[in-house]
Amino acid sequence: MESISIFEQWWLAIEPLVKTNSLNFWQNIYKEIYMNVIKDDRWFSYLKGLGVTLEVSFYSILVGIVLGTLLAILRLPQVQNISGKGRGFWAQLGAGIVHVLSKLAAGYINLFRGTPLVLQVLIINFGIFGSIRIDKVIIGVIACGLNSAAYVAEIVRGGIMSVEKGQTEAGRSLGLSGVRTMLYIVLPQAAKSALPAMCNEFISLIKETSILSYIALTELTKASDYIRSRTYSGFTPYIVSGLLYLIVVLTLTWLIGKLERRLRNSDH
Amino acid sequence: MTTETIISVRGLEKHFNEGKLKALRGVDADIHKGEVVVVIGPSGSGKSTFLRCLNLLEEPTKGKITFENVDITDPKVNINIHRQKMGMVFQHFNLFPHMTVLKNMTLAPMKLLKKSKKEAEEKAMALLKRVNLADRANAYPSQLSGGQKQRIAIVRALCMEPQVMLFDEPTSALDPEMVGEVLDVMKHLAEEGMTMVVVTHEMGFAREVADRVIFMDEGQIVEEGTPDQIFSAPTQQRTKDFLNKVL
Repeated sequence: MESISIFEQWWLAIEPLVKTNSLNFWQNIYKEIYMNVIKDDRWFSYLKGLGVTLEVSFYSILVGIVLGTLLAILRLPQVQNISGKGRGFWAQLGAGIVHVLSKLAAGYINLFRGTPLVLQVLIINFGIFGSIRIDKVIIGVIACGLNSAAYVAEIVRGGIMSVEKGQTEAGRSLGLSGVRTMLYIVLPQAAKSALPAMCNEFISLIKETSILSYIALTELTKASDYIRSRTYSGFTPYIVSGLLYLIVVLTLTWLIGKLERRLRNSDH
Repeated sequence: MTTETIISVRGLEKHFNEGKLKALRGVDADIHKGEVVVVIGPSGSGKSTFLRCLNLLEEPTKGKITFENVDITDPKVNINIHRQKMGMVFQHFNLFPHMTVLKNMTLAPMKLLKKSKKEAEEKAMALLKRVNLADRANAYPSQLSGGQKQRIAIVRALCMEPQVMLFDEPTSALDPEMVGEVLDVMKHLAEEGMTMVVVTHEMGFAREVADRVIFMDEGQIVEEGTPDQIFSAPTQQRTKDFLNKVL
């Protein structure tokens, strides 16, 4: 006889009772788990979905941090007040470009924070990439990354503004340029004070990627929804995916907590 | 002391809030090489603004500042290069809290003077020894007392081997028992021939160390002279009133 797993054996033991609808409480729970996780290796679908969710989240966070930091810097008062006066054509042109970019940054942030993420996803999927075949993961990264950048921009801007003016003055008085002062002195301190809010944003982002199931990207939520459509269980697939989200978020929270404690080293 | 002029200020004006507040109303001054100039005056007299204009931390509204024969108020001038030669010490120390003492001191020399890590650290350690803080090289600023922080801030500026040192009320944020240690460092610096411009309320320091005292009020220089002239025989009524209050 072909060897069958313990899960199959348990299932075979209660299968006759399913037909007569006479399962007790624990048997019923096992039936749900068997149908929604074990049968046909469905657990693998959750893991594949989780993989997609993590992939989209990771790249979206990267896009969000890079673009968000740029937007934040463009929105700083000292950047908005840059003047090329008396410094020749190229300096004036540069200052003019910075002014335009700064206005655009403000508009960008308002637009992406002021409209629902679902709409942004739908527009990017059906509007912008409507006639192009392109991996849905890339569309997800673009949509979530662009959206997250708007929030990250405000978090980073808050972090930068929380660094005392004296820090910039000290850097500049040593002869460091504005860019170097920002890089070596202001941004490291800003990152530290922005970390808790940033952690919040990452957590939101990971969960918000579930919206990508709207465009049939098989991330974790969509994966569990497919299983529901096969098993007609209204609870179990979603509870399984919910637990997986929870594990990811709690792990991330723990990691960032560790990082925060390390950064606090200089504070005692 | 030579008479070679290192900083020359002409017709300096600084307005805030689109001219509603005139912090400086036409200041002329010359700082000579090796000279210790102490600027005194009531709060709001513009003495800090004057000092901060010297390295363009405040951008002058009008007037001209020449440093080593270069007009640094010219927008075409790269101020970063000239700031390397003007050390500044702030009232609130402004050490970089995320770096150790040593890193605070070696950052600018390594990035700007292209010194190797070893070179920069040797110079920093030598300076730390001079202010008796060599044992705190690897401490973070938050682990230091106010007096220690300010001594570090002074040697951090000295790491860039500046031609001039600007002091913006360096002892005003210190507990009284720590004022002495900071003034001692400044005194030694003066004895070594450093050109210094010091904004302070420490009249004792002004009298003892200054070559010249400038009294400012309402954005102008009211009177200047040797410490003896200013403290013993002021000619202006406003100077007399101020000194009566603080001495």
